[in-house]
Amino acid sequence: MTETRPAVSIKGLSKSFKTGVTALTGIDLEVRPQEFISLIGPSGCGKSTLLRIIGDLIEPSEGIVEVNGKPAHRARLDHDYGIVFQEAVLYDWRTVSKNIALPLELLKWSREKRAARVRELLELVELEGFEDNHPWQLSGGMQQRVAIARALSFDPALLLMDEPFGALDEMTRERLNLELLRIWDASGSTIVFVTHSIPEAVFLSTRVVVMSARPGRIAGIVEVDLPQPRTGRTREEPRFFELVTDVRERLAAGGADIVSAEAE
Amino acid sequence: MATVAIEQPPRPRGADTARGAKRVALVIVGLAFFWGIWEAYRWIGERLGITWPFPVNETTMPHIHEMLSALTEPLQPGGPTLLHYEWHWALFTGKEALVGFVLGGVIGFALAVLLAHSRILRRGLLPYIVISQTVPILAVAPMVVLGLGTKGVEPWIAVSVIAAYLTFFPVAMNTLRGLLSPDPRSLELMRSYAASRNDVLWKLRLPASLPFVFSALKISATASVIGAIIGETPASIQDGLGGAIVNFNQYYSTAPTRLWATNIVCAALGLAFFAAVLIAERLVLRRAPENVA
Repeated sequence: MTETRPAVSIKGLSKSFKTGVTALTGIDLEVRPQEFISLIGPSGCGKSTLLRIIGDLIEPSEGIVEVNGKPAHRARLDHDYGIVFQEAVLYDWRTVSKNIALPLELLKWSREKRAARVRELLELVELEGFEDNHPWQLSGGMQQRVAIARALSFDPALLLMDEPFGALDEMTRERLNLELLRIWDASGSTIVFVTHSIPEAVFLSTRVVVMSARPGRIAGIVEVDLPQPRTGRTREEPRFFELVTDVRERLAAGGADIVSAEAE
Repeated sequence: MATVAIEQPPRPRGADTARGAKRVALVIVGLAFFWGIWEAYRWIGERLGITWPFPVNETTMPHIHEMLSALTEPLQPGGPTLLHYEWHWALFTGKEALVGFVLGGVIGFALAVLLAHSRILRRGLLPYIVISQTVPILAVAPMVVLGLGTKGVEPWIAVSVIAAYLTFFPVAMNTLRGLLSPDPRSLELMRSYAASRNDVLWKLRLPASLPFVFSALKISATASVIGAIIGETPASIQDGLGGAIVNFNQYYSTAPTRLWATNIVCAALGLAFFAAVLIAERLVLRRAPENVA
């Protein structure tokens, strides 16, 4: 890893809405390239807002946000990131293949290049054989895998994920966690991942950013020193439980009501 | 987004045919039922001497088989049958309605695209579009016919314009609703790709609007036929179904079955338009069943 330029750099960021609510204040954060970083916190801590500011989907009130060394706005125009929402947000008049190819169409890729890339991605997210299905014919987990393939289609350096597995059942979620780590490893991209699940954050991340609410701010950062690659066994290691406890205590210290944070 | 996991196996061809046959059977049963009600009401009405809301007799409620047989009888002694005339009137009125339907559809669609792109235009123009539909068509029709007549436009085209006047409104309203229907997340996704306005229109708003457009076209299909029939009256056009209705009205007391036969032909023409839109919808929209309006 010779790359030293941060994937995401946030300095002195704050965000207030017109209603007078301060969603975020005094945020400073650097995400290193190829890092897997999770934002965790109770509802109202502004973690989704922070993700959208990184993606230039909303503007900050104050502060500087850079992605790949460029202003966030420039980075969006340059297609420097792909995004995955809690809902898959697939266009239901398009087949799986055409949903994955949507960004490539917008980027004016040729038909042949698109078809070749879609084949690669179907293999990556293990959806071969479903290319001609429509979204409404897929389970929630499969829909979310299509959304991930779509976000990765143009090979962005950064992947923004906003509680992508929040609506899925626990078993599907754990399976997709493992798949996501495999995809992360294969694609070499940086991931910023919003979640309200402590075990999920610890299991996936290289660092967990713990946030607290009203106003949203960073309460602490936990380095996750679990060995790579993570496997199903990782969740059973003592160190995993120590780190989960560490994150939980920091959330509590930040004034978060843990119960409500998990039930969100 | 629905998260139901259903792998739909392709339906066997035989099932489609069976469903089609069932539908046809239902239509026939429905028609027979309506026929029965009509004849039963007349039979009872005549026996009991019902006079409210209208007296029941040969003139007010001719037998349905007499309406149909009127179609096979010559209009003038020794001349062609009524059906022969009805066919030509229907073609003429159908032409007016089709041109009006296409014209109104295109105008309504273009208007919706325009309005979808500007909140100011929506605020400013929408009230006038709504007001345009509150003016009775019978008041507008003579103005259109006379106005276009002085410009040397053929009368039947003026009738098409009247049909278009009835057609464009549902298309404009529903298309607008369809174009504005994508949820914020779908739009945010497009924004994340830095998609242009044109891309958002073609890749998101238009496809999302199609079920709404077809709902509107179904309403407009029958409205354009009605518009053409009504429009023929002030235009004094004798070659279409509207002209025929005016004529047969004058001779209703002596030959009521001719007016009723013409009504049946008008209904058939409207149904043909509706069916054409339905088939187009089936061909264009192949997606989740719940999204086919």
